[in-house]
Amino acid sequence: MSDVTGTPVATGTPPTGVRRIRMPQKLRNLEFWLLLVACFINAAAIVLVQLGAMRRVDTQLVLLGAGLSVLVFGLHIAMRFVARDADPFLLPIATVLNGLGIAMIYRIDIANGEAGWESAAVRQIAWSAIAIIAAIATILVIRNHRVLFRYTYLAGLVAIVLLLLPLVPGLGREVSGARVWIGFGDIATFQPGEIAKIALAVFFAGYLVRNRDSLSMVGTKFLGMKFPRARDLGPLLVVWALSMSVIVFQRDLGTALLYFGLFLVMLYVATSRISWVVLGLTLFVGGALIASQTLDYVGNRFANWLDPLNPERYEQEFGGSYQLVQGLFGLANGGLIGTGWGQGRPDLTPVPQSDYIIASLGEELGLAGVFAILALYLLFVARGFRIGFAGQDDFGKLLGVGLAFVVALQVFIVVGGVTRVIPLTGLTTPFLAAGGSSLVANWIIVALLLRLSDTVRNHPRLVIDG
Amino acid sequence: MNRELKRVSIIALLMFVTLLVSSTIIQYVQASALAADPRNARTLYESYSVERGPILVDGTPIAFSQPSDDDYKFQRVYASGPLYVPITGYIPVNGEATGLERSLNEYLSGQSSSQFFDSLNRLISGQDPMGASVEVAIDAVAQQAAWDALGDYTGAVVVTEPSTGRILAMVTKPTFDPNSMAVHDSAQVQATYDGLLADPMDPLFNRATGGDMNPPGSVFKLVVTAAALESGRYTPESTFPNPAELTLPGTDAVVRNSSGGSCGGGSTVTLADALRLSCNIPFAELGMDLGDNAIREQAEKFGFNSEFLIPTATEVSTYPRGLDDPQTALSAFGQGDVRATPLQMALVSAAIANGGIVMNPNLVDQITAPDFNPLQEFEPSEFGRAISEQTANTMVQMMVNGVENGAASNARIDGVSVAGKTGTAENGESDPYTLWFTGFAPADNPQYAITVLVEDGGGLGQEGFGNLIAAPIAKQVLEAVLNK
Repeated sequence: MSDVTGTPVATGTPPTGVRRIRMPQKLRNLEFWLLLVACFINAAAIVLVQLGAMRRVDTQLVLLGAGLSVLVFGLHIAMRFVARDADPFLLPIATVLNGLGIAMIYRIDIANGEAGWESAAVRQIAWSAIAIIAAIATILVIRNHRVLFRYTYLAGLVAIVLLLLPLVPGLGREVSGARVWIGFGDIATFQPGEIAKIALAVFFAGYLVRNRDSLSMVGTKFLGMKFPRARDLGPLLVVWALSMSVIVFQRDLGTALLYFGLFLVMLYVATSRISWVVLGLTLFVGGALIASQTLDYVGNRFANWLDPLNPERYEQEFGGSYQLVQGLFGLANGGLIGTGWGQGRPDLTPVPQSDYIIASLGEELGLAGVFAILALYLLFVARGFRIGFAGQDDFGKLLGVGLAFVVALQVFIVVGGVTRVIPLTGLTTPFLAAGGSSLVANWIIVALLLRLSDTVRNHPRLVIDG
Repeated sequence: MNRELKRVSIIALLMFVTLLVSSTIIQYVQASALAADPRNARTLYESYSVERGPILVDGTPIAFSQPSDDDYKFQRVYASGPLYVPITGYIPVNGEATGLERSLNEYLSGQSSSQFFDSLNRLISGQDPMGASVEVAIDAVAQQAAWDALGDYTGAVVVTEPSTGRILAMVTKPTFDPNSMAVHDSAQVQATYDGLLADPMDPLFNRATGGDMNPPGSVFKLVVTAAALESGRYTPESTFPNPAELTLPGTDAVVRNSSGGSCGGGSTVTLADALRLSCNIPFAELGMDLGDNAIREQAEKFGFNSEFLIPTATEVSTYPRGLDDPQTALSAFGQGDVRATPLQMALVSAAIANGGIVMNPNLVDQITAPDFNPLQEFEPSEFGRAISEQTANTMVQMMVNGVENGAASNARIDGVSVAGKTGTAENGESDPYTLWFTGFAPADNPQYAITVLVEDGGGLGQEGFGNLIAAPIAKQVLEAVLNK
């Protein structure tokens, strides 16, 4: 001990408390400020809607919106305790998208002269509250995402049951041709398929992590690609059959495309074999083409997509292109900078609050607004992919990618349908569109992504802690 | 796994880029084409969301917009619709506008360039956009008198102010209520329009400025007389052979006077008497002597073969080119292929009343912005000199004679010197005649020029004639405005 110039503390154990000393909660503080900005944007949007459409400010809806902000900050506070290192961007993005959606739904309510509990905006706020509470519950209950891995097959079963629910007589409800709703009496209607996409993502991730070896190692080479053995085709064929039955029995092209796309991407990421994608796409496109020839509603969708302005398509009473064209007129009316909140006529387009909310927003906020919204989605998806890149366990990686991609694909299917990239299909725009099931599902996705991102950032320090 | 992830994230990025491109194509590249699509209700509603300016007669609105609860925000209302429809026209929710609603649409809707700063100002100060108001030249008394005098006849009456060209009255019958075309139900508008279009009486015609163009008949003799006097080779005392029949050279066609015999007896007849008694044979002879070019040049100086925007577009009255002698002879008493609107014949009378100068006809006095700043004032403008002042004075006297002791006797008014000329034009072998009167009063200080057109022989077939039906209508209108 005479050598005072030697290493100062040569003890074998770190000083007590190192494990507790963390960086100040920089991420949460950043999230806090971003949330403040998001809530300000949302409040401003509602006030602007009122000024634009009614020329006065009605504090009631602003107060309801403030209630939602309290819940969002509740989620934020919960994360300060149970997910300190979670991604700081996901929650503010979801908040601002949810708020913009409420503002636009409210704007359409004003145009339709609806108010109070009858109005879609108030219902949307109520559903948002339920959805955010569900997200808080998710992040509180699921402290480690690997718990979900244990329930892989249960998740698969849940997904199948949820998908089948709308087909149960007495429970299923048909809305504008698609049988994807369930209802109890006349009141609550719910799209179980929205929740099913989470269960499917969990199931696919778990299943693929378990079976990736057999799916990726063996096979025969053909045309420079390694194709799987016939006996390994099972899962692909099952998911394909599932998607096709959604097209045939539930008459819902968009959901089928969403599930199948999700599966293909997760399969590719898990097995790194492009041949799966080729096979899958061939199967799906083939199935869709047959459906377009044999099923009227699919055929109409294709015809409308190719030539919506054709008077014959436009004037067709059922399954014509009227809605698509009205959406185009609305977007065109918005132009580059939009008409301004409450100044356009989004109410002229059928279902301007749900399937067509992006056209409504495009009309009043313009191309600039559409770009901003798409940029928010892109950032959201990018944060999800980041989990995939940085994650340590394959299940977490796959689940993160799957959940992020399902949001990206859903945005693509809806917005692409409205803007004529692909045939129009009925899907909700995540966070924006009116609809309780969609909100609950997407907020649970937010909670799961937050949980995953927290694990990813937390992990290295756990290793050091040994 | 990360290599695959990278690829998938590139795909996701590409999906978003595709959406950025597709929304740009719709909202920027195709935006104006989509806005121009006739099925685009947004464009339509946009044009209605502005409070359209009123059209005023002596400060009283004959067309105005009042707030409505529906998508169009404003309902256009036409006060005394059928009376004023040849002036206002109408603006339907589908199809094209007519009348001043069409020709002054930019001002009425607040879109004209002179209203740009006003609109900007209103936008910044938060006021609702509003169109300009249009004060027309129409005189409510003259318009009502013309409407009453025309009664149930099919035809038109035009009254102008000779010194300015201002149109004081413009009535056409049968007509319709423009309010029926302004309802906010496109199917109903279409049904109404189809019904009006199919009506054999053609209520959609503005017979004052167009419609089925009529031959002017004997009122065209004013133009030929003017051409003769202007040529310097004729005076009112110039004489013509006076047979009871004239076979046109190289044809079997025989021209007769309306009396059936010679023109007032005697072996010769003067130009003054031929005009006073409205004989055809002397004018056929005169026309062939002058030639079609001289007549056409004179007609064009009066406004034939020119389009007048009042500012609403009007039909062009025509004197054709390249006529041979028989055709020229027929044209000299307003038959053959000569066609004229009442507005054109009003220009002829007004020019004679105005010392020979044709004033551009005009419906509008002033356009005023919502802030009461005048945007455009319509000053009287000359179309040109048609005849010398001396010829004009001579013709005034000839026309006065025609009313005092000639073929236009039914236009006489006690205590007022009226100048006038009647016309009874043939349309076909057995078709009803077209009846005319054109003239002005008082002859010594012309205040009002009037032209009356009655189609279908006034219901009398070939028994009706101008002095019987058209001249009394003119008399009634002139009395009303002179006693005002």
